[in-house]
Amino acid sequence: MSLLQLKNIKKSFGSNQVLDGVSFDVTKGDVIVIIGPSGTGKSTLLRCVNMLNPPDSGNVIVDGTDLTQKGVNLSKERQKIGMVFQHFALFTHLRAIENVAIGIKKVRKMNEKEAHEKAMYELERVGLADHKDKYPAELSGGQKQRVGIARALAMDPLLMLFDEPTSALDPELIGEVLTVMKNLAEEGMTMLCVTHEMGFAKSVSNEIIFMEEGNIVEMGSPKKMFENPDHDRTQSFLHKISELYGGE
Amino acid sequence: MLDSIVFVFENMPLLLKGALVAVEITVLSILLGMVVGLLVAILRLYGPKPIQKFMKLYEWVLRGLPILVILFIIYFGLPSVGLNIPAFISAVLGLGLRSSAYQAQIYRGAIQSIGVEQVEAGLSIGMNRTKTMLYVIVPQAIRLSLPGFTNEFTIVLKDSPLAYALGIAELLKQGRNIIVTSFKPFTIYLTCAIIYFLLFHFFYYLFRKIAEKYEVPGYIMSKKS
Repeated sequence: MSLLQLKNIKKSFGSNQVLDGVSFDVTKGDVIVIIGPSGTGKSTLLRCVNMLNPPDSGNVIVDGTDLTQKGVNLSKERQKIGMVFQHFALFTHLRAIENVAIGIKKVRKMNEKEAHEKAMYELERVGLADHKDKYPAELSGGQKQRVGIARALAMDPLLMLFDEPTSALDPELIGEVLTVMKNLAEEGMTMLCVTHEMGFAKSVSNEIIFMEEGNIVEMGSPKKMFENPDHDRTQSFLHKISELYGGE
Repeated sequence: MLDSIVFVFENMPLLLKGALVAVEITVLSILLGMVVGLLVAILRLYGPKPIQKFMKLYEWVLRGLPILVILFIIYFGLPSVGLNIPAFISAVLGLGLRSSAYQAQIYRGAIQSIGVEQVEAGLSIGMNRTKTMLYVIVPQAIRLSLPGFTNEFTIVLKDSPLAYALGIAELLKQGRNIIVTSFKPFTIYLTCAIIYFLLFHFFYYLFRKIAEKYEVPGYIMSKKS
């Protein structure tokens, strides 16, 4: 059974139609990379999945629950969906460990000691145990983003959303974040990533979705998308982006 | 000179009694201003449109009136429509409501300067709106509000002598009472000034210590100014 089903998602902001009937399924363990020119609705699509921007129409079915239906407890459902933000969005008043622990403490009502242990475990997972007592302002961009990943992981999500997780980072800091993401993929985490990192897409993902103007142009395995896409547009976009961000 | 010092010390109990009243008025007014101000700030940000408009008007009017006029309306004006409010409560009401308009701006500014991403991050880990407000927005908003709040506190403290006009025996009024019998205005008013200044300094220092205690890297709250 699909872990996530998107059915005919439509979303507009004012007169601007951002998503024009997007549908696809995500199976448990999938690592899907969404690419496309800016302004095509990739981020909006991710934000539809956890209902930060609810779609105007269509269905978002996560683990059997349709989040677009009235009466759904969104706070409960969102715990199944981790989100990593482009600009990290760490809680600036909390130390790294508290950023990771606050969800399990305040939402899951886990006691202080257990929450601390769990948060430590997640920080170790992203290689930041030594930085647990630092505030976000004291961390580098790459470290912030890893804390962001740990914060999402602490809720034991079924699915992780990555919204351009490396595009706000200095080039030399991108690698550490991609490594964490790669490890997660290898552990079997289901991931939906909006990114321009073609190296990551090629070596880690099992499906690439190419979007343009609110629609999916083409989707398929990295091998097919890079070597033998059905559309010329896919080929030219991938070619261009690989030149910019490195395909190997 | 020695005479003056002895004279001041003889009258110190009365002056300190007045100073205590000044502090009472200030603290109560600030607390009233905080409760109402927070409410106004939140309603102006999240309330239904007509309420938002009304809160804007509330701030606008109270910021646009001289404090003495507000006090006179409450204490001398309201009795003619059947509302008799004791002098002390009138002073706290006037200073407190006026302060609420300014405090509302401080809190609103603080809340608004916290990025929408912070709210989204809270929601994304399964917090509901209330928890996000409580554990993400409020702790940051308090830190951001503290410098403005400290300033507002000292303004109310320095406006507390206006309670004199309602006949309340606060510090300045006590000083005036002493002068009436002793004819030493310079000595007494200078002593009042020193007491006000020391109070100002004490509270300023206190709030700076609080700011330092809760300071977090990335927020500037206690930089000496």
